[in-house]
Amino acid sequence: MGLTSRWVVPRLPRVSDSLQHSPIESVHEELGARMVPFAGWSMPVVYGSIIDEHRSVREKAGIFDISHMGQFVVRGPGSEAWLNRLLANNVAQLSDGTGQYSFLLNEQGGVIDDLIIYRRGADDYFLVLNAAKLGEDFESMGARREDGVELIDLSADFAGMAVQGPASAEVWSKLFPGTELPPRNGIAGLPGGGVVCRTGYTGEDGFEYFCPASEAAAAFRSFVDAGATACGLGARDTLRLEMCYPLNGNDLSPERTPIEAGLGFFVDLEKGDFIGRERLAVQKADGPEVRLFAIEYVDKGAPPRAGYPVLSEAGEPLGELTSGVLSPSLGRGIAMAYLPRSAVKVGTRVQIDVRGRLFPAVVVKKPFYKPASQKG
Amino acid sequence: MKVPEDLRYHQSHEWVRLEGDTATIGVTDHAQEELTDVVFVELPEIGRTADAGGAPAVVDSVKAASDIYSPVAGEVVEVNDAVEADPALVNTDPYGEGWIYKLKVKDASQVEGLMDAAAYRAMIG
Repeated sequence: MGLTSRWVVPRLPRVSDSLQHSPIESVHEELGARMVPFAGWSMPVVYGSIIDEHRSVREKAGIFDISHMGQFVVRGPGSEAWLNRLLANNVAQLSDGTGQYSFLLNEQGGVIDDLIIYRRGADDYFLVLNAAKLGEDFESMGARREDGVELIDLSADFAGMAVQGPASAEVWSKLFPGTELPPRNGIAGLPGGGVVCRTGYTGEDGFEYFCPASEAAAAFRSFVDAGATACGLGARDTLRLEMCYPLNGNDLSPERTPIEAGLGFFVDLEKGDFIGRERLAVQKADGPEVRLFAIEYVDKGAPPRAGYPVLSEAGEPLGELTSGVLSPSLGRGIAMAYLPRSAVKVGTRVQIDVRGRLFPAVVVKKPFYKPASQKG
Repeated sequence: MKVPEDLRYHQSHEWVRLEGDTATIGVTDHAQEELTDVVFVELPEIGRTADAGGAPAVVDSVKAASDIYSPVAGEVVEVNDAVEADPALVNTDPYGEGWIYKLKVKDASQVEGLMDAAAYRAMIG
């Protein structure tokens, strides 16, 4: 058996690796997790079964270690205006206690990172960013720092965990009786320096809890004891892809803009200048040549994966997959790819080349799956 | 972790059961546990020849595609259609209903050269 994926790798000896270790690692080991390198961290990919973990989130509640993700605080007079010149979405739309999805772009409009920014109070912002991009994020933002604006990287001191699924609020109330979760996309501070955000990466109701690293292992264990199933990166990937949430490094890259990724809703071209705006404005006006499309298998078949070629029905190459999995909810392959808008629209039949075998698929509307919390 | 005594093992985690000159090949209990949920099995064509160390079959789990090597040389004489219809058999019964293909072996002594259960157990720790 030859393992060809980046997810399944031999266990590395702890002493000789240069990976960062989550403060929750001891709990993962107790729970039988398989650890893999991810974005410079040793993180759990699966505890038992990705499919079971996926279902626990869709049906009840699951918990993910997200200690690898970074947290910045931006504060001080002028923070709002400064952030609005850096980020693609409009920070001025946030009121106290609310958050929004946004992008840090390069000068060409390509994505350095996607992030969530929350407004805790006037000129006091909390940002959650991707582990693999933290250095670049800090560099890009730090290079443009202005007097009065403080940029603080809390990542080393903070751990995080995401509880996701229809029973999340119930799990929360067992640990924090009498403390209400913030409303959808909101943020609230907690006594002891913790932060809770009503956001996630699965499409289900849920929250992300950030706390001092020293308290993280006990908190994770308590959420598990309160009914949340421990879930790894494998289920995190199948859940987010069913929702067509992009993964930076796969579906987002420095060569692709949010307009091409179909995420123009999270870009505000009217708010004034920001990094990368020029190219986005041109693409918005003219329409981009390519767009990130959602592709679903017509039948069962070998799971689609990132890098597999996408062909037209006639066999011409159209692009390659940026993400792909077997959807546990739908029981068939789902994927995304940047494809030319001249050749493809919703309903177009395509083929996915899996190791030389062609599987019929169709371009569909996003997302692939509608969770209970978003139906009706 | 089950490692049956009556089988031979390859270092890339396939097992072999030799009956006459027919070798049945599958993946070990350890391998299926490492793979987790198997969701697709790509079977070889009947009649194709397999070299020792060649990869006539592929097992897809939710996250990874893994080549299934042929521990010995031979010709594919039978494939397990049941695992095509229900790939989870590789997880639930790796040494039984989860077998993958059968070879008519060229040289039965090649099988003798593979690891026995004790050696394989030692390898996977």
